[in-house]
Amino acid sequence: MTALAYGVAAWLLVVGIAGVVTSRNLIHLVVCMSVVQASTYVLLLGIGYRSGAKAPVFADIPTGTRVVDPVVQALTLTDVVVEATVIALLLAIAVQAHKRFGTLDPDRLGAIRG
Amino acid sequence: MDLAPLALVVPLLAAAALAAVASHVRRAVADVVTVLAAAASTVLCALLLADAGSGTVVEWFGGWEPRDGVAIGISFAVDEIGAALAVFVAVLATAAAIFSSRYLEADEPYLHVLLLVFLAGMLGFCLAGDVFTMFVFFELMSVAAFALAGYKIDQSEAIEGSLNFAITNTIGSFLLLSGIALTYGRTGALNLAQIGEALATQPADGLVVVAFALIASGFLVKAAIVPFHFWLADAYAVALTPACLLFGGAMSELGLYGVGRTYFAAFSAAFESHQAELRAVLIGVGALTAVVGAVMCVQQDHLKRMLAFATVAYMGVFLIGMGTLSAEGVAGTAVYVLGDGCAKAGLFACVGIVQHRCRGISELRLRGRGRDLAGTAALFALGGLLLASLPPFGTFLGKSMLGAALRAEGYGWAIAVIVLASVLTGAAVLRAAGRVFGGWGARPEHPPATEEEGAEREVERGAAARTPAVMWVPAVLLIAGGVAAGVWPGLADAALGAAEAFTDRAGYSAAVLEGAAVAPPPAHASSPPWFDYLIGVGSAACALGVAALALFAPRPRSRAAAELGAVVSRCGAGLRALHSGRIGDYVAWLLAGFTALGGLFGLALT
Repeated sequence: MTALAYGVAAWLLVVGIAGVVTSRNLIHLVVCMSVVQASTYVLLLGIGYRSGAKAPVFADIPTGTRVVDPVVQALTLTDVVVEATVIALLLAIAVQAHKRFGTLDPDRLGAIRG
Repeated sequence: MDLAPLALVVPLLAAAALAAVASHVRRAVADVVTVLAAAASTVLCALLLADAGSGTVVEWFGGWEPRDGVAIGISFAVDEIGAALAVFVAVLATAAAIFSSRYLEADEPYLHVLLLVFLAGMLGFCLAGDVFTMFVFFELMSVAAFALAGYKIDQSEAIEGSLNFAITNTIGSFLLLSGIALTYGRTGALNLAQIGEALATQPADGLVVVAFALIASGFLVKAAIVPFHFWLADAYAVALTPACLLFGGAMSELGLYGVGRTYFAAFSAAFESHQAELRAVLIGVGALTAVVGAVMCVQQDHLKRMLAFATVAYMGVFLIGMGTLSAEGVAGTAVYVLGDGCAKAGLFACVGIVQHRCRGISELRLRGRGRDLAGTAALFALGGLLLASLPPFGTFLGKSMLGAALRAEGYGWAIAVIVLASVLTGAAVLRAAGRVFGGWGARPEHPPATEEEGAEREVERGAAARTPAVMWVPAVLLIAGGVAAGVWPGLADAALGAAEAFTDRAGYSAAVLEGAAVAPPPAHASSPPWFDYLIGVGSAACALGVAALALFAPRPRSRAAAELGAVVSRCGAGLRALHSGRIGDYVAWLLAGFTALGGLFGLALT
């Protein structure tokens, strides 16, 4: 199970970056960024996963029960919040680029060289 | 009173208050609030630095102190290097806040809000004691920086520069977070000291090397190390001048601080037996960065882009310094960062004044248009000499300390690279000063197209017959700071003491996990030997010579000279062509750089 999670995380990282490199559309590019980001979620949760364990809420289960690691879940949540900000900002810039250039193709923005 | 959190809370609260009342507050009030908040933050950081002098200050939020070497809580762990960097950042932010007072005509103070949030993010990053807190503040400062770079959203250059900046740096953050996740998976810890203790028990294996490669690559994207550096010039060229003060003075240096902090506090014990190999990799990459940055710098016509590539060159120099992995090297780097950061921030402020007065940013098109600006011309030339590290300026002291550390580790050749970087960057700035303020040099046959002139429009319209004090005062103070850093008594000793604490993993760990902070013993840095003065004067003279050659050289007579010139300019053009402005290229370079760096670390560390 864990090996599969790491494989998925690595795959999402590679395929997301490949998407960013080859993208011809800024919205598509931003979605590719969120694919790369998803790899960090899978990696974090994969690291904290324990097979057959419960959610780490001890309100209705006896202490000492086998639970998954709550720290990585907190990290993932923080990661979601932080990166949502970045994605929102990127989308805002993409909208502005469309207004300004009339295109979403990053190759046709071209104001800066050398 | 807990100083460490307060230094962040002040700018964050001020930013929140300004954002809340944005449309109801007078512009002048917003200006004053911003300057006061940044200045208050500076004072708090300076008090914190004084506290850190008697041992690392550790602040556990909510009282979650470590038990039996296990740290669950979130902490700030402030040593002298971290606190000094925080003071430096806060000083630059204050200068930027003063500079921006008269800057834009817009009534709503969103620039101020972003500056303050940016400041808080950078301070939190300097003070954080665990890797995830570092990541969060790293992201906070990054997002604010993306917005600052793209602030003039109606200009096409600003949109493109900000996009390139945001996408490359965010992918860097993902690499960083993956590295943090793997480190947590191995050690079960996020606190730097606890990670260090866990990794010290056994030699590093593949997983630890991969984790370190991910973390280092993430930080080095921000530090603009070749080949992660492409975004930097695009972003700096379009950013507003107040933001440029912080970008050019401190932001990239913080990326390098992240590498140093995680290495020395967490990974150094695990890589103890492979230090020599790691040193070779870091110094090699630093030398490559310094050369690429310097060669690109002299080729630029856009003044802000020129200073941006000077930043890249100096990041290479600082990586060489950090790469010595010794206290002496870190101390030299710290002094160099202070001198060079003041110089570059001051130069950016001068460029802002030139933009304000002459409505231009292209060196060739500005030729002779700055003749009336005698004061700015003097500052600009002084900044160029600072970059060329003329004795006894701060950059000279840093270079001399760095040179001694490199000789001690057997990397004397790297000194030549540092000299080359300072000569070329200094020459570029001096050439620009001669052309803009003196009207020297041949009249350009083909003045560059107006594609980058858009940046001029950032300054308000209307007559600019004189330079407002809020512009020249920060510029004078920053350049003076760069000069004074070299003659400040005791600075070298203090830097060495701070660097010894910074590189001492066991001491850091004891301070954080056991609360056993001890004051670092007084250190004595040796004063620069006579030949360093010779090198310093020589490199300043070379910079002047190269600048004069660029301005006054006649057309080459002999065939060989003409051919040599053609080959040189073709190589330069080839390097420039790589900086294509395309996001896809930049991300591909980033991935290639990560793979190469990971491979080199794999070879060096296992």
